[in-house]
Amino acid sequence: MKLLQIINLHTSFFTHIGEVKAVRGISLELSHGGVLGIVGESGCGKSVSMLSVTGLLAETGKITEGQVIFEDRDITKYTDKQMARLRGNEISMIFQDPMTSLNPLLSIGSQLTEHLIKHKRVTRGEARKRALDMLRLVGIPDAEKRINQYPHEFSGGMRQRAMIAASLICRPKLIIADEPTTALDVTIQAQILDLMKDLRARLDTSIILITHDLGVVADICSRVAVMYGGLIVELGPARDIFYHSRHPYTLGLMKSVPNPRTKSAAKEKLKPIDGQPPDLFKPPPGCPFAPRCDYAMKICLRAPSPFYKISEEHDSACFLNDRNASVTAPWGKEGQS
Amino acid sequence: MNNPEFDTALFAAASDAEKKTESIVRPSVGYWRDVWTRLSRNRVSFAALMIIVAIMLCAIIIPEVSVDKYNTGELQISNNSPNARHWFGTDNIGRDVFVRVFYGARYSILIGLVAALINLVIGVLYGSVSAFFGGRADIIMMRIVDVLYSIPLTIYVIILMTFLNRPGAEGSEIGTMIIAFSISYWISMARIVRGEILQLKQQEFVLAAKALGASDWRVLIKHLIPNCLGSITVTTMMLVPQAIFLEAFLSFIGLGLSAPRASLGTLCNDALAGLNQYPYQMFFPALMISVIILAFNLFGDGLRDALDPKMKD
Amino acid sequence: MNPKPMLELENLRMYFPAKTGLGLRKPTSFVKAVDRVTLTINAGETLGLVGESGCGKTTIGRTAIRLYDPTGGRIKFDGQDITRMTRKELKPLRKSMQMIFQDPYASLNPRMTVGDIIGEAIDIHGLYTGAERTEVIAGLLERVGLAGDHINRYAHEFSGGQRQRIGIARALAVEPKFIVCDEPVSALDVSIQAQIINILEELQEKLNLTYLFIAHDLSMVKHISTHIGVMYLGRLAEHGKADEVYENPKHPYTRALLSAAPVADPDAAQAQKRIILEGDIPSPIDPPPGCRFKGRCAYAMGKCAEGDPELTDLGGGHKVACSLYV
Repeated sequence: MKLLQIINLHTSFFTHIGEVKAVRGISLELSHGGVLGIVGESGCGKSVSMLSVTGLLAETGKITEGQVIFEDRDITKYTDKQMARLRGNEISMIFQDPMTSLNPLLSIGSQLTEHLIKHKRVTRGEARKRALDMLRLVGIPDAEKRINQYPHEFSGGMRQRAMIAASLICRPKLIIADEPTTALDVTIQAQILDLMKDLRARLDTSIILITHDLGVVADICSRVAVMYGGLIVELGPARDIFYHSRHPYTLGLMKSVPNPRTKSAAKEKLKPIDGQPPDLFKPPPGCPFAPRCDYAMKICLRAPSPFYKISEEHDSACFLNDRNASVTAPWGKEGQS
Repeated sequence: MNNPEFDTALFAAASDAEKKTESIVRPSVGYWRDVWTRLSRNRVSFAALMIIVAIMLCAIIIPEVSVDKYNTGELQISNNSPNARHWFGTDNIGRDVFVRVFYGARYSILIGLVAALINLVIGVLYGSVSAFFGGRADIIMMRIVDVLYSIPLTIYVIILMTFLNRPGAEGSEIGTMIIAFSISYWISMARIVRGEILQLKQQEFVLAAKALGASDWRVLIKHLIPNCLGSITVTTMMLVPQAIFLEAFLSFIGLGLSAPRASLGTLCNDALAGLNQYPYQMFFPALMISVIILAFNLFGDGLRDALDPKMKD
Repeated sequence: MNPKPMLELENLRMYFPAKTGLGLRKPTSFVKAVDRVTLTINAGETLGLVGESGCGKTTIGRTAIRLYDPTGGRIKFDGQDITRMTRKELKPLRKSMQMIFQDPYASLNPRMTVGDIIGEAIDIHGLYTGAERTEVIAGLLERVGLAGDHINRYAHEFSGGQRQRIGIARALAVEPKFIVCDEPVSALDVSIQAQIINILEELQEKLNLTYLFIAHDLSMVKHISTHIGVMYLGRLAEHGKADEVYENPKHPYTRALLSAAPVADPDAAQAQKRIILEGDIPSPIDPPPGCRFKGRCAYAMGKCAEGDPELTDLGGGHKVACSLYV
């Protein structure tokens, strides 16, 4: 049994200028204990798709099609109350800015125990003990003192640790982390990523990590989904995506970050992807990347590409993988099936 | 894998021109046009705006074109109840109340608008100077505001009205009343503008202007104030009904316009004596005050929502 | 050929008063955002300044072009001492030194058209008028890769990357020699970052610009810079040629910073030995005496608490401020 299955999910925002199709049909699976990275640039639909899963969409947002199955239960049919219970117990979310997700008026301790007392019906004393354990687990020194402090007394890194503690305290089966380290400094980011890796190994929780940073993905994810223009364009094991990508967007993304190991003398120009991401107010009829793609074919502009199976676990939504393709793909002819 | 449903000819390279046609640009919408779109979708505040416009037009037109005049009446038809000839009835000296209500609305709205405009200018200047120069100047200017704010408004308005009003001098009451409002109503405007500018002046576009060598004055006029226009507009819209209300109140207690001029407040005051027998003489001007104030408030609310950038996706 | 210094900072200090009471009394405690920083950028070079939030890198950039009045020290720009110049004296110099900002949304006035944003510098300095002004603005837009007919559009109609191009065009309008780039790409998407970096590099070649490039992304800094300066809590910890600092970091903080940077390569990421720093950056309000990094440093020793180490040249212009090398 899969832990989470997303089937053909569509999410739109209904604004005063019209419908913005933020997620346009994505399908994903996550098994128990997996770490899935969803990578993409702003506006590609990566956050919206996960907010749809957890039922935390803004008022104007709506799932227009598709299903989200969490352990055999179709949670798109859940009421708000059922979703709230699910979020407290089985799925929890960590956000980019811990300051806005912690209540400034409550002490860290009461925010941690609140979950337990409400969802697990444990006593106050027991809850406090567990909260202390959790704070120690996420590496907060002086837990006994810190538990009574308020969010503003915590630094950015400490707040994110507290958020992680809060999300772990009910032992959820799935944690969805939306850019958990983006607001943090590099040295603090390293601490948090280290902590997440460590916790995953110890607690066997599944993680979905939403990020724009390929470095973060390379560090902790076993599987990667690359999103662009509201669609998943490539999906596969992390090593396949990084070393044997079969999508020009993924390749372009990797080529546009500099390799710090090259000497200044041997420096090459970066290879940016020209143009802008599509406006999802009026998404293009074909592959969303086609207008920016150096290898675009006529068909790419007309219809979105189906998934081509590259290997057992690696799929790419790019027509260049078709054996009829007349354009030589950046990865050469070898793989065309 | 072969996909039979796709024509193989389509797998030829696409030209740049073909790719170009695929990129779509969102329609260009200016800020104020965007505000207008949102405002006109808010039915309540749009209706309020229509009512304000209608009342203003009526106030301008009706007293001019009507056969009944606001200042002449026929004693034989005094204190008539509303009827087909005089829709709102007539007053104690036979003047048509319908015409007088719109004539009164003229002065009420005029005073409201002028007072709001003056307060707008003072408030924006004071608030922006205080925030922009900051430091000690800001602290002192804000303390002055605190002191002014602590004096009950009605007290010094009444004092001013009593001292400055020269009965008989053409238009002197209107001037006095506007001066009275202008002493303290700008305070809320000044505070709002100050708050906005304190935030805005940290923005990078202000630093950019300074880096280009822009003078303080230029930064204030070109960068800071235009970006407060939203809240300035809303505050002004809210000042208008406040001023109308205060005018009505002062007129009602006898400190307002003198005959033959009339505002909605003086109409109510006039009607007070005969309230038991002729309640309609009070009812119509009071209704007009309520409608105007409600319309301005509803419109102001809608305007605030329309101007709020958070509403934008 | 002897390199000509474009910007020289000597013991530069920039303190901000930490707010106290009504603000009428003299402040007694200070945020020491920049504390005794000495560095030189030669014409045509790019100094990349890295460090974490609150380390003072942005303040250095803003103080260097006199957007702030420095608390102490000296700033020499293109041979002239500008430390205490008045605004009037500075105005002509503003044409030579410009700035590009981090936030492509906050750095463009939302009520102005693109033409007016870029044209502002032209108006302030009275460079061109009428049709000539329009022509120059259109030319600047094309230079940064935008269409010249975008001149009457508002900034919010553009994407982040396009807005950043507008910001660059604004800085170029006065034909500067020196540009402070304050995290110009960190708010942008990865695929767009490279576009902006390439524009900056091209402009540097064509116009012989000197950059102070402030960033927290080490790989970008390494890519664009000839020299790197590493800051920690208001102090310059290490400074030298980019390759040298990157391949042979001396300061324990630089080492931790380099090892913590994520690498977009799963195998390398697994193999990478991370130096995980304990704790957080301390508050810059009245920092304790001694080396400011000592609380998080694995090599801290007795003498680190005694004196704040000064930059020492280890040879070849590679300077480090650490007691390990004294």
